Amino acid sequence: MTDRAWVATRKGLFEMRRGAGGWSIANVGFLGEPVSMVLPPTASQRMLAALNLGHFGVKLHASDDGGGSWNEVTTPTYPEQPADAKGPAWKLVQIWSLAAQGDTVYAGTLPGGLFRSDDRGASWQLNESLWHQPGRAEWFGGGYDVPGIHSICPHPTNAGELLVGISCGGVWATRDGGRSWSTQARGMRAAYMPPERAEDPNIQDPHCVVRCTARPEVLWTQHHNGIWRSADNAESWQEVTTAPLSSFGFAVAVHPDDADTAWFVPGVADEKRVPVDGALVVNRTTDGGRSFETLRAGLPQSGCYDLVYRHGLAVAPDGRHLMMGSTTGGLWASDDGGESWTTVSNLLPPIYAVRFG
Amino acid sequence: MARIEFTQQLRRFTETPVVETAAATLRDGLEAAFAVNPRLRGYVLDDQAHLRANLVVFIDGRRCEDRLSLDQSLAPGSRVHVLQALSGG
Repeated sequence: MTDRAWVATRKGLFEMRRGAGGWSIANVGFLGEPVSMVLPPTASQRMLAALNLGHFGVKLHASDDGGGSWNEVTTPTYPEQPADAKGPAWKLVQIWSLAAQGDTVYAGTLPGGLFRSDDRGASWQLNESLWHQPGRAEWFGGGYDVPGIHSICPHPTNAGELLVGISCGGVWATRDGGRSWSTQARGMRAAYMPPERAEDPNIQDPHCVVRCTARPEVLWTQHHNGIWRSADNAESWQEVTTAPLSSFGFAVAVHPDDADTAWFVPGVADEKRVPVDGALVVNRTTDGGRSFETLRAGLPQSGCYDLVYRHGLAVAPDGRHLMMGSTTGGLWASDDGGESWTTVSNLLPPIYAVRFG
Repeated sequence: MARIEFTQQLRRFTETPVVETAAATLRDGLEAAFAVNPRLRGYVLDDQAHLRANLVVFIDGRRCEDRLSLDQSLAPGSRVHVLQALSGG
């Protein structure tokens, strides 16, 4: 769907509709509450919204009427923590990602959990196999005090295949429905680590990982210190060093049909998380990363300090409509693959996620 | 009977019954409230059944320091208040 989008913010869930006059706010849910992630309506019309109530914890709500009404459903819960367990407390900090694969729904959480629901979000089971990987003890937080699963990339045709991105725990994949997992970050490089650990796949910080629907063996990631691409289903990753201005950022989107086309929203660097020269841009490649265009039309080109988080950039199934939202509450849309943008709002709360659907 | 009350801010999210209970400990008293409204448990306790980080409990006007075991004694006539902490949130 290209005429509806969902914007999860620090103070509510905004349903956006595109009409003759462009995009506008059609409905607001959970006004005033932090919405950390939204799953747009699936084939069954079910949608989910994850809240992160400051005092009262993480909550999950479901809607069967396109966000018109909501019911609270069971929140993913970690099992009882053994006294000798290493690492962060087994307490749910946030639902960072939601994804559907057929009738199955997945939730990626901090600290580092992957939960599965086979009843449309009514109940959840922790993937024990990934949770008990010995390597999990090495993961650490990126942007939060604890590690978390922010990217869930189901395989579009292989029902038992799933890939997750973890800050900071690299990339992991299962091909047997979650019974076994392997680390899949070979080729990435962590500039923030001691040199002897820089190429350790288990401590990489892929800020966001996306998979091409039409060519699922092609994946892109915006990593903490650069951009990487894989053309062999994450068996290996190659660094892309041609992005103009900066290769630092959080968001990445890949064209659903064209694996060589991807979009990035650069910031200066990890120690200065603002647009380069106060100008918001989108870097787009259409040749698999050999070259990029820097797209600026319609975006603020001076005095702009908007940062787009890892879930703040979305591409519609047609590959032409895009939307991105910033931590400063700016929301922009494009209907020509990013060539030009229109301002939807400069007045929204800080934006955590944008999803079409 | 001890009396347990929850912050009115919680009513935005779920029912907050005032519970009169013969429970002898705070945890048992909370369980009496959760029996009336099971949804309330997740708003007060975290995954490990500890008091949520940004909540605070007072028993007869005194703040409970133990947030893990919640085994503080309740006397007949105790007044328990479960509130949002002003730090955090």
